[in-house]
Amino acid sequence: MLIKGRVYLFGDDINTDVIYPGKYLSITTDRGEMAKHCFEAVYPEFLKTAQRGDIIVAGKNFGCGSSREQAATCLKYFGVAAVVAESFARIFYRNAINLGLPVLIAKGIKGFTEHGQTLEVDLVSGAIRNTETGGSMTAQGVPEFVLEILTSGGLIPYLRKKLGIAGQEV
Amino acid sequence: MTIVEKILARASGKEKVAINEIVMAKVDVAMSHENADVVLRSFRDIGVKKVWDPRRIVILFDHRIPADSEKTAQTHKRLREFVREQGIEHFYDLKEGICHQVLAELGHDRPGEVLVGTDSHTTTHGAFGTFATGIGGTEMSGVWATGELWLKVPESIKITVHGSFKKYVSAKDLILHIIGTLGADGADYCSVEFHGETIGSMSIASRMVLSNLSMEMGAKVAFVLPDDKTVQYVRQRSDKKFEVVLPDADAAYVQTLEVDAGELSSQVACPHTVDNVKPIKDIAGLKIDQALIGSCTNGRLEDLAIAAEIIGDKKVHNEVRLLVIPASRRVYLEALAKGYIETFVKAGGLVLNPGCGPCLGAHQGLLAPGEVCIATTNRNFKGRMGSPEASVYLASPATVACSALEGEVVEPC
Ligand code: SF4
Repeated sequence: MLIKGRVYLFGDDINTDVIYPGKYLSITTDRGEMAKHCFEAVYPEFLKTAQRGDIIVAGKNFGCGSSREQAATCLKYFGVAAVVAESFARIFYRNAINLGLPVLIAKGIKGFTEHGQTLEVDLVSGAIRNTETGGSMTAQGVPEFVLEILTSGGLIPYLRKKLGIAGQEV
Repeated sequence: MTIVEKILARASGKEKVAINEIVMAKVDVAMSHENADVVLRSFRDIGVKKVWDPRRIVILFDHRIPADSEKTAQTHKRLREFVREQGIEHFYDLKEGICHQVLAELGHDRPGEVLVGTDSHTTTHGAFGTFATGIGGTEMSGVWATGELWLKVPESIKITVHGSFKKYVSAKDLILHIIGTLGADGADYCSVEFHGETIGSMSIASRMVLSNLSMEMGAKVAFVLPDDKTVQYVRQRSDKKFEVVLPDADAAYVQTLEVDAGELSSQVACPHTVDNVKPIKDIAGLKIDQALIGSCTNGRLEDLAIAAEIIGDKKVHNEVRLLVIPASRRVYLEALAKGYIETFVKAGGLVLNPGCGPCLGAHQGLLAPGEVCIATTNRNFKGRMGSPEASVYLASPATVACSALEGEVVEPC
């Protein structure tokens, strides 16, 4: 799986209240609606300047805080192609995988790229290339089991396959 | 082996597990609150008709009770219908209180079991020697469908605490100090084990404070070693069989930390991260607008007791709003019987219904730009309790009660 996108840069410890404000938690099912509130309270410019297909690059502990799945859902349905960070908080990391939003742990990504540059990310090998600087680095590879969930499009399609439930794709 | 290795080995039907190994673990208890609505949506997407085991699923309402909006009212209604449709055995409608207190009180926490919840502070239940961790809604829908989930076997951190607390210093100050030392990501993906005689002599409620807040340093699970006190508490509430699991003496830890409780003073986590911890005296004199006693961290009887003792027949400062939120209906009733509630009301405090209150920024006491709140809760993130321009300081019930009287942050003494 090769992902190419423009970098949207964030710092360390970006928590889930910042990614998805608590006041919108009453939105539980409308995913398109969730996507309209990514980073709204603290970084309102995100909604104006980020584009579908952007790759979020962040420092350590991205997604710390509550278990709210809306934090991963809003990014996915906004159209964020992947999140690459120095490290992730564990619940966000799991939620992203289970929703089919690619996440990569890349020690040293801070300083490897600037806001607005373009990256090419290979999920399987973890290889990351900065098309502007020509620099390359390697992220932590995704375990095979996790890759299977990601390539199925998330936990739901994965389970449907496993449980032998046919019918409409979700 | 560490506790977490033993429990995960058993839950996945193995003799042994290795660090970083991914196992499929069987779940004993699966808890969700209002966000069961998120789970439900994904559960319908999977297309399974019946949940795997309606006796092992717990659903309750605590985050937005009574309903703060029509949307929430619809969520509650949808879930009540789902509970009936599936015959979910343990459903607690909005009258019981906060999930992390209610589950313990009503006998859902047992040593050695695997408990998952769609709430990050599910680590709280590690206070009973339970493997307890927070998961997302989609993931929970998989648990509802299959009864199991994938887990990576974590490394363990051993924290040993000796000595006895000074007056008015408590579990909250201890865990804030530890988070300040290790950092907000200091225990990322790890299992934390609390050892030492200080922990052994702590009440169940205080142990829950440690496991609850360990989430704020990234812990996946946070165990207090189960002892006689644990077994007695659980036995009084559950007749299910369980087995106490303890770590081996030669278990391997990635990190160890020793803390002398006797050296500690009252602590505070300053805005806007929980690891921004200082001794309370560093910010003494800071004017406050709101003081909040409650939440799954510090809304239990012993927390209300210390606050009531400090307040006595004094009055809350004229320019401060004191909110008191018992963690559960049972705590509320006991606090009533002991006269604490009367103390708070007479002092000018506002006692709210058991539940999460303003902790998550949904309703019941949000902050305006520029306002300062000192709270016994567990998160002080920007915008967590209302305006992103407000400031939330996290401290012990004793500190919050003293500050409410003075109108500014003070060290309890
Ligand atoms: S009291 Fe606060 S931290 Fe605890 S479960 Fe409720 S919202 Fe979460």
